[in-house]
Amino acid sequence: MDSDTAFEKFRSCAVEVLQVPEDKVTAEAKFQEDLEADSLEVVEFVMALEEVFDITIEESELDGVTTVGQAFEIVTSKL
Amino acid sequence: MAFPAPLRRRVVVTGLGVVSCAGIGLDAFWDGLLRPAPEGERRVRDFDPAAWFDVKSARRADRFQQFAIATAQMALDDAGELGVDPMRAGVVHGTGVGGLETLENQVGVLNSKGPRRVSPFLVPMMMANAAAAAISMRLGWRGPCETIVTACAAGTQSIGAGMRLVASGRCDAVLAGGSEAAMTRIGLAAFTNMTALSTSNVSRPFDVRRDGFVIAEGAASLVLEELEHARSRGAHIYAELLGAASTADAHHITMPAPGGAGALACMELALDDAGITPADVEHVNAHGTSTPLNDLAEAEAIEKLFGRRGPLVTSIKGVTGHSLGAAGAIEAVASALTIVRHEVPPTAGLEQLDPEMHIDVAIGGPRPFAGGAVLSNSFGFGGHNGCLVLAPLQSEL
Repeated sequence: MDSDTAFEKFRSCAVEVLQVPEDKVTAEAKFQEDLEADSLEVVEFVMALEEVFDITIEESELDGVTTVGQAFEIVTSKL
Repeated sequence: MAFPAPLRRRVVVTGLGVVSCAGIGLDAFWDGLLRPAPEGERRVRDFDPAAWFDVKSARRADRFQQFAIATAQMALDDAGELGVDPMRAGVVHGTGVGGLETLENQVGVLNSKGPRRVSPFLVPMMMANAAAAAISMRLGWRGPCETIVTACAAGTQSIGAGMRLVASGRCDAVLAGGSEAAMTRIGLAAFTNMTALSTSNVSRPFDVRRDGFVIAEGAASLVLEELEHARSRGAHIYAELLGAASTADAHHITMPAPGGAGALACMELALDDAGITPADVEHVNAHGTSTPLNDLAEAEAIEKLFGRRGPLVTSIKGVTGHSLGAAGAIEAVASALTIVRHEVPPTAGLEQLDPEMHIDVAIGGPRPFAGGAVLSNSFGFGGHNGCLVLAPLQSEL
């Protein structure tokens, strides 16, 4: 899967789970401030990513992750 | 056994909200109560959470919480600008079961996809206090926020507890009520297998052919306000909440005590609490579930308390079905509307009164309500009994 296709899937996941407009899902966007996602919503989003990409993301891997770009990097590292 | 209450403040009802299969909102609901009983399931089919939630918050709220928020908002809108100190404003919202649909769905996820896929929102959506918590957050009310979970008595007991918060001086306003949405696959199977439900699927309270209750869902909320607080802002006052009581049968987990002993004790205590006598009661909004045991026990208790020429009795469950923890709140709304609309809705579905019952039940059509006190009863599995006494506001008592 190329990076563009992967981001496409990542973004539609965010749109669906976090109920945000597509154009707000940018690499720089912060989950809490820009996407108004609290910690439980981030957990739910990560669960959706695991399902969509058929990967496993451990909770410890999310330490310090605050932006869409950081989360996307974790996903692509597992593809 | 009157309660000495030298500092007791008077409590009035200044806002109402209801979601029921009989109707959403006061006018539709009242019209529904005056129509013949509907057939079949008592789901609230035309409820659209989009009227009260954005898409994201609707997904984070179980249906019982959605009903609760909708009725809380309706009651607040109905009450008008309260101008209440948030620290002196409380919420008491009950439920029988809580977020059963959420739990059931997530058990399905657990079984099909494993524990890693169980929603992080399961706990905050299913917990019984989710509705009360959501109401406090939406209103910004920071006084007491509590949930009473006493099966089918939860709505009534929540209103009674809310009344105490205002009467004692702790709160100037309380949003009180109950909510239920337990018509899920497992909920229906469980009630069916305990043989509580009507096999004919007809709700006919007090009828000789009654064979169980028809399960329903819904919610109702009432704004309870201290009398002078309400007067000073020129609020519309539906009724005064004169008294309440709560007792336990201490008898059996699902069957009422023989002869309605627990119900009788609760009704007597509620009248004492209200400072009135049985002769002051003009109308009883009965629990009247349409089960053989409840209706007989309740009728016996009513006859014992009031005698054979007692007050006019009705059960709106002929129309609404039985919405468990929401029922008492929905019936409190019906009682308040009876007071301002001067009409007692009929007991729909009732054709032939059980000959073992010696009570005056409204059959066929609405009957006039001339004034006086209204007693509203709720009795729940577990032997929980709750009663409320409402009356038209007297200028000075």
